[in-house]
Amino acid sequence: MGAQKKGATRVSEDADALARQPLQAVLLADSFATKFRPITLERPKVLLPIVNVPMINYTLAWLESAGVEEVFVFCCAHSRQVIDYLENSEWHSQPNFLVRTIQSHDSISAGDALRVIYERNVIQGDFVLISGDTVSNMSLTQALQEHKERKKKDNNAVMTMIIKRSKPSPITHQSRLGTDELFMAIDTSTKQLLYFEDKADHSKGTISLDKTLLADNPSIVLHNDKQDCYIDICAPEVLSLFTDNFDYQHLRRHFVKGLLLDDIMGYKIYTHEIHSSYAARIDNYRSYDIVSKDIIQRWTYPYVPDVKFCGNRSIKLERQGMYRASEIVQSCSSQIGPFTVIGYGTKIGNDTKVSNSVIGEGCTIGSNVSIEGSYIWDNVTIEDGCELRHVIVCDGVILKAGAVLKPGVVLSFKVVIGQGFVVPAYSKVSLLQQPTVEDSDEELEYADNSSGTVEISSIRGTADKLNGEMTPESSETHESELGSGGVGYIWSICEGGHEEEWRHSIAPIPADKLAEITQTIDDDHEFLTQDGTALPPSGELKSDSYSNLSEDDEMEDSKDDSAYFEKEVEATFLRAVHENVKVEHVILEVNSLRLSYNMTSSDCAGAIFYSMMKLSLETPHASASELLQNATNVISTWQRLLKSYLPETDEEIEVILKFEEMCLESGKEFSALFAQILHLLYDKDLIEEDAILTWANEKEGADESDKVFVKQAEKFIQWLREASEEED
Amino acid sequence: MPDTQALVNDFLNKLKKRKIEGSQATARQTAELLRSVISQQRVPYTNQAGALIDAMKVVGEQLIAANPVELAVGNIVRRVLHIIREEDLSLTTAAISGMNLSAVSDDDDDGDQDDHPVLSAAAVAAAARSTLRPPSLHTLLEDMPDSAAVPHTSSSGGDSEGKSKSADKSTITRKLKHDVIEAVNELIQDIITCHEQIAEQAVEHIHQNEVILTLGSSRTVLEFLCAAKEKKRSFRVFVAEGAPRYQGHLLAKELVARGLQTTLITDSAVFAMISRVNMVIVGAHVVMANGGVIAPVGLNMVALAAQKHAVPFVVLAGSHKLCPLYPHNPEVLLNELRSPSELLDFGEFSDCMDFGSGTGSPLLHVVNPTFDYVPPKLVSLFITDTGGHNPSYMYRLIADYYSADDLVIQRKPTTGN
Repeated sequence: MGAQKKGATRVSEDADALARQPLQAVLLADSFATKFRPITLERPKVLLPIVNVPMINYTLAWLESAGVEEVFVFCCAHSRQVIDYLENSEWHSQPNFLVRTIQSHDSISAGDALRVIYERNVIQGDFVLISGDTVSNMSLTQALQEHKERKKKDNNAVMTMIIKRSKPSPITHQSRLGTDELFMAIDTSTKQLLYFEDKADHSKGTISLDKTLLADNPSIVLHNDKQDCYIDICAPEVLSLFTDNFDYQHLRRHFVKGLLLDDIMGYKIYTHEIHSSYAARIDNYRSYDIVSKDIIQRWTYPYVPDVKFCGNRSIKLERQGMYRASEIVQSCSSQIGPFTVIGYGTKIGNDTKVSNSVIGEGCTIGSNVSIEGSYIWDNVTIEDGCELRHVIVCDGVILKAGAVLKPGVVLSFKVVIGQGFVVPAYSKVSLLQQPTVEDSDEELEYADNSSGTVEISSIRGTADKLNGEMTPESSETHESELGSGGVGYIWSICEGGHEEEWRHSIAPIPADKLAEITQTIDDDHEFLTQDGTALPPSGELKSDSYSNLSEDDEMEDSKDDSAYFEKEVEATFLRAVHENVKVEHVILEVNSLRLSYNMTSSDCAGAIFYSMMKLSLETPHASASELLQNATNVISTWQRLLKSYLPETDEEIEVILKFEEMCLESGKEFSALFAQILHLLYDKDLIEEDAILTWANEKEGADESDKVFVKQAEKFIQWLREASEEED
Repeated sequence: MPDTQALVNDFLNKLKKRKIEGSQATARQTAELLRSVISQQRVPYTNQAGALIDAMKVVGEQLIAANPVELAVGNIVRRVLHIIREEDLSLTTAAISGMNLSAVSDDDDDGDQDDHPVLSAAAVAAAARSTLRPPSLHTLLEDMPDSAAVPHTSSSGGDSEGKSKSADKSTITRKLKHDVIEAVNELIQDIITCHEQIAEQAVEHIHQNEVILTLGSSRTVLEFLCAAKEKKRSFRVFVAEGAPRYQGHLLAKELVARGLQTTLITDSAVFAMISRVNMVIVGAHVVMANGGVIAPVGLNMVALAAQKHAVPFVVLAGSHKLCPLYPHNPEVLLNELRSPSELLDFGEFSDCMDFGSGTGSPLLHVVNPTFDYVPPKLVSLFITDTGGHNPSYMYRLIADYYSADDLVIQRKPTTGN
């Protein structure tokens, strides 16, 4: 194929575009996530090889064969590498398939990327939105046609999501690709997506749906066995929607959910289910493993190793799904098991066993090595007697004799593992040190990527230096954290991350882990059946918007909500205190919070009172009297704020209850001052005597432990009662 | 040149992505592509045939590598190479016999006078070689004196001739290219009409009240059966559905639409039904030089069943399906494994493929081969566009279509990727 680099004639696209709108695609060559760290610190994810071919080639090959004529590759992290790769690849010289790159350095999310693309004004019609790590062989024709027809009838049908059936594991509640179990409600006749939840709470085994959902739609089906393929056919409006809603970051979590919740604009999302074709996104190490296996098992046909779909080397498929490239030197006594891919020019020594693995090009593997379920990239040297099970080994890694990699290990580029060193399970080893800002928390994956990219560039320099220094060093016997002669750092597994590590790891979930989960599920069930009838904690009001799919779940949900709400109110209040915001403004802000969280004014009153008390508690004080003084100050300063949320006795009772709760839990110091503060509130006209008396009456029948504060305030209550009688 | 390159790349892409289905379509498109490559190819003054052959080989190699399973591509490339050689030879012989006076030559130099002895020597040598090899039956039957007289020169012979006849180059050049394109057009025509030519023979093979069994779907078979029907033959057809793609269903539909009595059976029922069948008629993917057939999956089973019950097993194949290679040839990829999704539903079986638990190794392996190899001894008769042939005769037929020099399309170490 040497000759074809000659300038292929390109049709002038302006005239063409006007004539019939070529199908365009936006390919996000950055996942805006950190799941593939530490590897992605050195190479962008889309260029990581899957079955010896960089991921982006699968995506581009699919787009090309699906009839897409123009692709905008959006590069962010390591954009130079992506652009260089594309310029040197054969994609650059395709006659009917234009690959253009859009570079951005400050995008930290898919939302930012789409906003940049919108500004460039390059998308003319419907386009395919895909990320550069998707492997698919589906035909777009039908989905595209359906999308266009819907669009013609209803201008609000802006997006068609491609989904595929795939059963999640009942034990771990994750799909086979390692992503969380996904719940979707789909209208059976129109295929409209009505509900989307990828972060359901599995501990209770319930989800909650909006009641109106059931009321408005004659038939909906709730699926938990659909896999989101991350292939979307979008109308151009999608881009402007992202621009209008500048806070949309994640395509699913913000955009899809946002559209589903927003009933003002009435935008609709539809689904298209594929049956016989394949589509999957490589989102984490687990999906890397699974998709590799799917490719080897030929689900992605024709994008399989023995078909040269993108200028890859020719590989022959042999019995039992064994793929071998040419020029392999293999010892007679070595055993190459089924479902194995061996790249060009690899050498394999005596008595070495390889099974279920992918070995890249130019690797040297010694004798008596055992490799199982592993992904070994190019130019890796594995000396005699090493043992690898379910690991990823990147380019240029050297494993000294007898090194052992436990399941789930990831070795980034050019790491050297010392002689006989055992790398513990799930550890990640890189030449680069772990970034100090710990951000592997999934929720933060968008927010922190900017820091990530900056880090990379700064680390880059040190890494190069490091390399230079390390090479001479490694020759002398130098005890590093990877055994004698080892080079690299083991990244510490972040706090709480260990729990998740096995979920997304390259290694299968260990049997004992599965047993453990099954056990906890069983326990939960017992717990639930015992506790199922327990009353909700006091003060939690059921909001109307929830239909009662499940009592427990709803409580859980509203509890969550109110906790957030309280936090927000507290933050608002503190800001008001520190910045001297006017009371009217605070009221306004709290009101808007109340609306957005769908809370009642008693919730507000409780929350504000709580924040006030907390503030006085946090103001330095030496004794109980000083604390009382603090409380008095705060209450008198902000009484107008609190008063505005106390229109009725009910709210006032709520405040008392809140205070009581606080005295028992977070602010024990107040317990001594309960009666005094109650009196204070009464004096300030914040709480009427009716409220106090009702509260006292309610408590009459309660347990002794509950009545501590009633007793404390007994005198005061007594006085109130007498006063009211006198009035009578 | 860029035009052809773009065309070639486009076609390569289609081949790689397995977008062209069926050997007839592939063969036709390959031939059309090669024709345009020839017409675009600038031919140098010397060694025109050599230049054309080289150009063909460069393109051909790419095409073959793009989809090694589709042997029709290689067949057509070799056919075109053969055509170039034949046309070159016929021009040369014409030059020897009628051109000593150099009447045709509108060139001015005298070099041709000196060259003629060399030229005739080479031609004589070639002719001498050809006498050692008996002309094929086919060429004897068909009156083609030019090509039959001096068949299959070696490439060295071609080279020396090329150099020698620099004299009358422009005429020959123009003539050669023209003739080659003419011949390729004929080839394309042959490919397009092969169905009709095969179908013409239908009445000779299908008799009244016979039961014919076929498997899967083949256009050749469909035309063949319909041709017999049109000639007022009444017969019945059993169609085995041809899992996993079930193209037999489509064939049955077509047959019924044309008024044929059709019975649809499962593949596994073939053995049970074969005793009632008078003849098995199937299509092929490729016919190898030894008379073996690469055919849609399931046909080996049918052939064995037919042999067991002594039912004639007839294979229909257009001449573009004749492959000059033997099945043991390392270049021949006998099979292609397609996606397992044709066999089973991914969603339904997704829990079997959850590698996240257990050992992490796949326990379920779905194998979906596209082709079967039917050995020659199981085939009773081949019907090509030139008539019916015995499997053992295939190599002779192939010798008419292909030149021995082209069996291995030369691989250049630098271009292979």
